[in-house]
Amino acid sequence: MPSFYLLIGCFFLVFANIAESSFRLCQKWGCTSKLLVLYSSLANPVSLSAALVLSQEKGVRVPRPFSSGPSAFIPKEEIVEASQVDPQTEQILAEAYSLSGHVDHLTQVMGLHPHYLESFLRSQFYLLRMDGPLPLHCRHYIAIMAAARHQCSFLVSLHVREFYRMGMCLDWLKGLQYAPQRLRNLNEINKILAHRPWLITKEHIQNLVKTGEHSWSLAELVHAVVILAHFHSLASFVFGSGINPQVDPQNANGFQSVFISDNCTCDLASDHHLDRDLSNTSPVTTDSLEALMDRMKRLQEEREEDEASQEEMATRFEKEKKESLLVGSGDMKNEVMPTSKVSRFVEDATFGYQHFARHGEDNPPTFRAQDYSWEDHGFSLVNRLYSDIGLLLDDKFRTACDLTYYNMASHEDVDTTMLRRALFNYVHCMYGIRYDDYDYGEVNQLLERSLKVYIKTVTCYPERTTRRMYDSYWCQFRHSEKVHVNLLLMEARMQAELLYTLRAITRYMT
Amino acid sequence: MEKMSRVTTALGSSAISGRTMFCHLDAPANAISVCRDATQVVVAGRNIFKIYGLEEEQFVEKLNLRVGRKPSLNFSCADVMWHQMEENLLATAATNGAVVTWNLGKPSRNKQDQLFTEHKRTVNKVCFHPTEVYMLLSGSQDGYMKCFDLRKKESVSTFSGQSESVRDVQFSMKDYFTFAASFENGNVQLWDIRRPDRYERMFTAHTGPVFCCDWHPDDRGWLATGGRDKMVKVWDMTTNRAKEIYCVQTIASVARVKWRPERKWHLATCSMMVDHNIYVWDIRRPFIPFATFEEHKDVTTGIVWRHQHDPYFLLSGSKDSTLYQHMFKDASRPVDRANPEGLCFGLFGDLAFAAKESLISGDANRKPYPGGDRRYPIFFFKKPDLTEQFAHVSSALSVFESSLESKRMDWFVKTARLYLLSGKSFAELCDHNAKVAKELNRPQVSTTWTMLRIMFSDPANLSTPGPNHIGKLGTLPLMNSFSMKEMGMGTESRLDRSKGESRQDNIHLELGNSLINNICPTAENEETEGSEGQAEYMFGDAELDDDDLYSMEHDNQAAEEQEYTLPQEAFPLRHEIMDNPLAPEHLQQDKADSPQASGNEAEVMCLTPIESFSLISISQPLFSPHLPAPFFCPVVREMLSHYAEQGDVQMAVSVLIVLGDRIRKEIDDLTQEHWYMSYIDLLQRFELWNVSNEVIKLSTCSAITCLNQTSTTLHVNCSNCKRPMSNRGWICDRCHQCASVCAVCHHVVKGLFVWCQGCSHGGHLEHVKNWLKSSSHCPAGCGHLCEYT
Repeated sequence: MPSFYLLIGCFFLVFANIAESSFRLCQKWGCTSKLLVLYSSLANPVSLSAALVLSQEKGVRVPRPFSSGPSAFIPKEEIVEASQVDPQTEQILAEAYSLSGHVDHLTQVMGLHPHYLESFLRSQFYLLRMDGPLPLHCRHYIAIMAAARHQCSFLVSLHVREFYRMGMCLDWLKGLQYAPQRLRNLNEINKILAHRPWLITKEHIQNLVKTGEHSWSLAELVHAVVILAHFHSLASFVFGSGINPQVDPQNANGFQSVFISDNCTCDLASDHHLDRDLSNTSPVTTDSLEALMDRMKRLQEEREEDEASQEEMATRFEKEKKESLLVGSGDMKNEVMPTSKVSRFVEDATFGYQHFARHGEDNPPTFRAQDYSWEDHGFSLVNRLYSDIGLLLDDKFRTACDLTYYNMASHEDVDTTMLRRALFNYVHCMYGIRYDDYDYGEVNQLLERSLKVYIKTVTCYPERTTRRMYDSYWCQFRHSEKVHVNLLLMEARMQAELLYTLRAITRYMT
Repeated sequence: MEKMSRVTTALGSSAISGRTMFCHLDAPANAISVCRDATQVVVAGRNIFKIYGLEEEQFVEKLNLRVGRKPSLNFSCADVMWHQMEENLLATAATNGAVVTWNLGKPSRNKQDQLFTEHKRTVNKVCFHPTEVYMLLSGSQDGYMKCFDLRKKESVSTFSGQSESVRDVQFSMKDYFTFAASFENGNVQLWDIRRPDRYERMFTAHTGPVFCCDWHPDDRGWLATGGRDKMVKVWDMTTNRAKEIYCVQTIASVARVKWRPERKWHLATCSMMVDHNIYVWDIRRPFIPFATFEEHKDVTTGIVWRHQHDPYFLLSGSKDSTLYQHMFKDASRPVDRANPEGLCFGLFGDLAFAAKESLISGDANRKPYPGGDRRYPIFFFKKPDLTEQFAHVSSALSVFESSLESKRMDWFVKTARLYLLSGKSFAELCDHNAKVAKELNRPQVSTTWTMLRIMFSDPANLSTPGPNHIGKLGTLPLMNSFSMKEMGMGTESRLDRSKGESRQDNIHLELGNSLINNICPTAENEETEGSEGQAEYMFGDAELDDDDLYSMEHDNQAAEEQEYTLPQEAFPLRHEIMDNPLAPEHLQQDKADSPQASGNEAEVMCLTPIESFSLISISQPLFSPHLPAPFFCPVVREMLSHYAEQGDVQMAVSVLIVLGDRIRKEIDDLTQEHWYMSYIDLLQRFELWNVSNEVIKLSTCSAITCLNQTSTTLHVNCSNCKRPMSNRGWICDRCHQCASVCAVCHHVVKGLFVWCQGCSHGGHLEHVKNWLKSSSHCPAGCGHLCEYT
């Protein structure tokens, strides 16, 4: 019983503002888990409410959660409000809760876009838990490998925990060199995919698939590649939205805490706290919302007359590509060595991002989107080798691309198609994927420089994202809109990685 | 006039000749098209746009349309079409969204005629009107279709599909105003060219994008569509709703589909990914392609029949940068390689065998199948269709029946039901099974069991339950209450079953009667005299009903005595965590090989043929009780393999389970898994679900035990709003009601829910059980007489 009082104390501490009535509601333990989640989504730190369950049942002491909420960039009130208003969000969060027993920060932030969250969770669930060619623990290990490439300790610790739960091959967690050779072979395409996906060739595939002791079957490989791409891009989202590290309720009772604690001490938060002070003083860009909307309107009208010559179009793409290389390339040389806890899952850590287009070297040929598109080619291949994943990914890409609320900042009823397409295509442009039917001049007009810096950082080397970057673009926009941007970047990146790999696999097969 | 021209072209076609040939292109092709007189072909791709002449022996490059030092994206073609009326007119669809027309009659080097840049995204398809010279239709990624009049500078009309990217547009061959458009979201729309505001008709043809469609050249209403879902479907558009009349399943997503000229049922397809072949299908035979062309090394991107009225020449372009002319006579015919023999075992040991009739006809002893003349498969009766060019394979079907008594599989079913595999001491299990085998008249098996008991039992236990003790059937615990009825042999069991049936009937009657009785009072009042016959009949029934009620009560009592618990294996509440402690280390097998043991080898061998009881009585004393169990392992292993090879995998698996750790290590895992799989497969064929589940549960192969964990999801609908409940099984998200409330305690049921099929009230298993002990009415108070069986 004393533990229960302790709990109440803790409870009042955090939820002091919540009316007593709701407290009584919770005290009366007849409430279903649904109620609990509803409650927790109201009061944000879900970890606490999950701990509530735990302590009710086991009488364990609960650690106090970080006060900063799910994201270091977004004030927690924003996220709470969103989930409070929207019954759909609430339901999806409830679903997520019932699946894993807790709702992590990532899910909460993504909950700002419930429609997308639904298809995201569905595909992630399928990828990690449903029937597939790879054994379950391997999937989590691959996820760890992928996230570690970007030093994303949030995802690494999340999946270390999942891996731990499987209870198999625990010594793999000591580092990559303890994992079987087969998984380590995957490291080659892992690093290429993470940093320079355009370098992937059919020889890489051949090396993995060729018969031998540690060979992969094509189906397994495709599964692994989808996981890799999924978690690379998810790392982008995590850094781009400043997701705070998780204090997991499971962790509270001392179980496996030794393992987790050294992973979990993430310096992301402290890093951002530093940045926060700076951001307040950072100058507000003058490029305002109205100007952007004006340009969109003008572009729309111009389209009819605009008769840019084909050469012009081609140069525009090249220009955008070249320019993307100048954007935020200040500190390319001093490669940051990854933090030690995550780095044990990384081999060849020095392999990092390099620009697709570099001066004075023969660049890899431009990837023509029309020659190998997701809809026509990628889908068929992926679905053939790993059934049903194609449908789920297709749904996810589609949802991300079509998602719109028809408003921009304070303006309503705006067609944002153009802006969304510019974001998506700009990411692909940086990866050297060109759409014949897109005028890359639009990118230049719609995306301001600070936004380009942000995009470049988040997609190519997300670990360097700072709060200042996040704050410096689109000042008048809502946080949920910035999360929307992150979703687009994430999906664009994932698709680009998949396209390059799947093209290599196709070439290997023919 | 129309007729005339057709005759001349048909005549012209007879002049076409050639052979299978190919030429290298400089770059991958995206699409090809032929001119009307079949003498030239245009190839278009990202980096190629050329016209080739078709000569007798080879392709000859006629013209390169890609001119200029730095060709613009307008030359990067996604599709190309040659006008079928005007031989100088071509149209291309560019990847940058431009629609370009070309006039070969132009004197300059650049033949570009018109340029339309109205589409915002890639144009996937262009299509000329089959008879109208100046009408061109385009379909684009941006979701719009545009109709151009080539005499004007811009489009005449724009059709908005309102759905998604347009993948293909095709003018109908016969209806002047109609065209079909296929979409990325799986829809197909029919449009009237005069009405740009709304489509005439829309239906969903495929899941996922419909990449292509093609109107039948002769049959007005037929439209073939091909999609990413690997299917080709033929739709009859003449009816009110588009009706799918044929469906061909291919092995990869379908990129192009083209009807074969002059052959009503044939169409050619090629794929976009993985599969490089071109197939010609007879849509009535959707399983094996009629013909295949296997020349290309990379995916085929464009196919076209060389001439509108000549079915023997097919042209194709491919990503491997080649252009092929395929001759139909050189095609490979998969049918020829297909195996027309088939063999199948019936469940009860019958054997059906179909083979080419020529092989069998010599056999004179064949006698007609008792159930009518069913020697021939159904299609054999089909009147041979002359238009069908498939090689006719008439095969004869022979059915060999096993003789009624000896080979019937009854023993299998009975044995499966009666064997005990767990839940008792080893010796008891063996004895029980031995007895079962003996009763089923299988002395050898029975003896085997007995000997297993002797071999592996502890010396102490050995003496107590002798093999002759098996006689007391009554004391033997039953696997479940069900098996009780089946325990008896032959006639008895039949009797039992009939009894069961009659009882079921009575229940129905009773239900019916109770209904009737409820209505009766009013009915009787009205027509007491008029329908005397009926009343009498009813009365009779009612009497019967009384009887039944009585017997029913009796039954219930009996059932109670038998205990209510459900068969344990059918409802494992939760999987036990499989944590089999390793059995104490057996003695090393080497021991058996030691010289001392080898002296015994001979006796052991003489044991294996296991023949009769008498042997045991001799052999028993031979073995001193000290002999360790592992000593027998090699023998038992051989014995098991022997049984398995003889087809009695049941024995092998049963012994494996009963012996458990004693023998498991001796047999390698793959073999075990194989046995398990075959046995489980057999059990499921005989619909012995409970037994098969028990076997799965008792097996130690991880591959087998996980069978139990597949498809364990149960989907439920809400009883209030009738919609599926997605999250939890007991509360509905939509109407926020607890869906399944126990009628007794009024709490939500989260586990087993039992309900009456008559009134659909129910609740917790225990509660309902208890309730019905004391009352026969429904606990919900609806007045229904519920029954728990």
